[in-house]
Amino acid sequence: MDFQLSDDQRALRSGMRDLLGAVFDRDRLRAAVERDGALDRSLWRELGAAGFFALRLPEEAGGVGLGLPEAVLLFEEAGRALLPGPLVATHLAAGLVKGAAEGEAVVTAVAADQPVAHLAEADAVLVADGQASGLPGETEGAEVLSGEALRAFVAAAGPVRSMDPLTPLHRAPAGAALAGAGRVSASEGFRTASERTRADAERAPAATERAPAHAGRFRFEAALLTAAEQLGSAARTTEAAVQHAGDREQFGSPIGSFQAVKHLCADMLARTEPARAAVYAAAVTGDPVEIAAAKLLADEAAVGNARDCLQIHGGMGFTWEADVHLHLKRAWLRAASWLTGAGAEELLAAGLGTAGRLPRSSAAYGRPVPEAGGGG
Amino acid sequence: MDLAYTEAEEEFRGRLREWLAAVLPGLPAKPSPDDWPARRAYDTTWQRMLYDAGYAGLHWPVDAGGQGATPTQHLIFLEETEKAGAPYVGANFVGLLHAGPTIAAEGTAGQRARWLPPVLRGDEIWCQGFSEPDAGSDLAALRTRAVRDGDDYVVTGQKIWTSHAEVADWCELLVRTDPDAPKHRGISWLAMPMDAPGITVRPLRTLAGSTEFAEVFLDEVRVPASCRVGAENDGWRVTMVTLSFERGTAFVGEVVACRRTLDALADEARRTGRWDDPVLRRRLGRLNAEFRALWRLTQANVSESERTGGVPGVGGSVFKLRYSGVRQELYEAAAEVLGADAFDVDREWVLDRLSSLSYTIAAGTSQIQRNIVAERILGLPKGR
Repeated sequence: MDFQLSDDQRALRSGMRDLLGAVFDRDRLRAAVERDGALDRSLWRELGAAGFFALRLPEEAGGVGLGLPEAVLLFEEAGRALLPGPLVATHLAAGLVKGAAEGEAVVTAVAADQPVAHLAEADAVLVADGQASGLPGETEGAEVLSGEALRAFVAAAGPVRSMDPLTPLHRAPAGAALAGAGRVSASEGFRTASERTRADAERAPAATERAPAHAGRFRFEAALLTAAEQLGSAARTTEAAVQHAGDREQFGSPIGSFQAVKHLCADMLARTEPARAAVYAAAVTGDPVEIAAAKLLADEAAVGNARDCLQIHGGMGFTWEADVHLHLKRAWLRAASWLTGAGAEELLAAGLGTAGRLPRSSAAYGRPVPEAGGGG
Repeated sequence: MDLAYTEAEEEFRGRLREWLAAVLPGLPAKPSPDDWPARRAYDTTWQRMLYDAGYAGLHWPVDAGGQGATPTQHLIFLEETEKAGAPYVGANFVGLLHAGPTIAAEGTAGQRARWLPPVLRGDEIWCQGFSEPDAGSDLAALRTRAVRDGDDYVVTGQKIWTSHAEVADWCELLVRTDPDAPKHRGISWLAMPMDAPGITVRPLRTLAGSTEFAEVFLDEVRVPASCRVGAENDGWRVTMVTLSFERGTAFVGEVVACRRTLDALADEARRTGRWDDPVLRRRLGRLNAEFRALWRLTQANVSESERTGGVPGVGGSVFKLRYSGVRQELYEAAAEVLGADAFDVDREWVLDRLSSLSYTIAAGTSQIQRNIVAERILGLPKGR
């Protein structure tokens, strides 16, 4: 067992951080805010060229040939930098939708009754199966809409004035996601959806080689990668809070010297590190219950840390100018995406119980009170 | 990132499991929690069995009589013994996890030869005389005085929260040997024989009703100067060195136990029908996430110390801060599963709920842990 990043993984992560520092610095972040999150296609292609979307495609299919643990590291960096765009959907569409792997195509996704991000700019839409435990057999647990079907879908969707200035949103046509593409086809004339998926899969053999490990794999991978973004955001807002608490002086001292403030910062780290362990472990095992734990804890870390960061920034934290609201709004949106707190908790509850396990002998007596540390 | 155990690690686990399966059925019945001599006998018997099987001092260095196991082997040992329901370290705690490692690191050859083998064999029990009524979180403010008189120190003062004091042979004692020096620089570390004249042990009853620890009154107790470990007035550093034996494994058994409790709570809730309450169900689900993450964080911390050669990170404070709060939440959920039975102290988990109230206090309060995390990890300035 060696549950630490390998040297290659560290290099991958720092490479991604350097890249984002170069192509998406704060000026470009604020420029993206000013244009309401409209995507920068050249940045999208740069991400494609860097292997962000093709990371997990086999090398013979033009991909990088790495796995979920590496993908999680890249998405963590994206979350730190508040990188806009349907990153998760386009990454999952690599090998399934032409141009996604290269960053030539923008692919978004629709699931349940969640709003759809970047729909007007999308070249294709992935429609996730209705249920996380849905029947296996469909390609990756998602169907693809493009061409005529996509145009009809967009026409039926209503634009939303998005709370998150980095994520333009549409309300999905009623019933679209819950039923999956099949029902959408029947009611709205998107008959080509399933056929298109199969055709794309044939064009990109890589997609079919990645056989689903379990039903609803698409949704779980989307949840995990979203959790990784949340983790990056949680770590970033912790840094921002600590920075501000060290710089800002009141009563003649840095506010970070006051326990009321420093304890908020400590709690931020105590949210981030368990979430990090959960996200990384879920990336290694790919286990659905472990992914649910990762998503639940990373959501809480991202939202809780952004709120504490805002609080520590005082009045500045309530302004448009400070970046912290961008983290909080994005964290709220991600928390409502793919696997919500309620859904994760139910999955985790279903995973409890001793059924099928060996009973334990009861030789140990009750624990003495001071356990580790021994009292005294 | 690799969560798979190596062949050698799995072999170690397999041998340990076989041994546990062979010996645990032959253990005597567990004693009553308030029968201290019986508890001591039970705990030392178990330690002797570990010693005879080559598992004593697993994580101690070989030159101290230990097995020199890797942090991962230690993790496996703690995980498997807990899963098998083996006895807890109990009365051997201070000797194996604090005083022993301190002597191994800082003692003379003679001191190591005198004190370490009996700890490993389960022949001698140690207790810890650190905290005082006016020196808790601010431990270095301790006032128990030791005045040199010939070959002895004469020690007078009061210690508190001393676990196993009634049955201990030795006490690792922090005393003030230079009252004029800055508070961290006038402290010495002594091994005090608990049968010396002038020692009075008064058990303290906890809110759970049992006597888990004691007050120890010291009235001109003579301790030979040869029982001082490290230089005079260097006791603070000597004590802190032992923290380097903490390799991220401090809470392994407890996290394993908490996960088992969570499974049992789910079983019980399903049996009684309370499982149909989505609020309770989701509460247990969220605790599942918490303890799974704490288990993974433990594995990460152990792997880190394996890479750094056993040097501890301050990450233990992050872990303890989160864990102690979550463990209290576990027993709040247990009370909800129990319903009206939550007030019957003979029901499982009820005493645990009471005991859990100490977790955010013992071994550094959560407020002190937050200071450590904020100042030593995040680099925030010291202050109020």
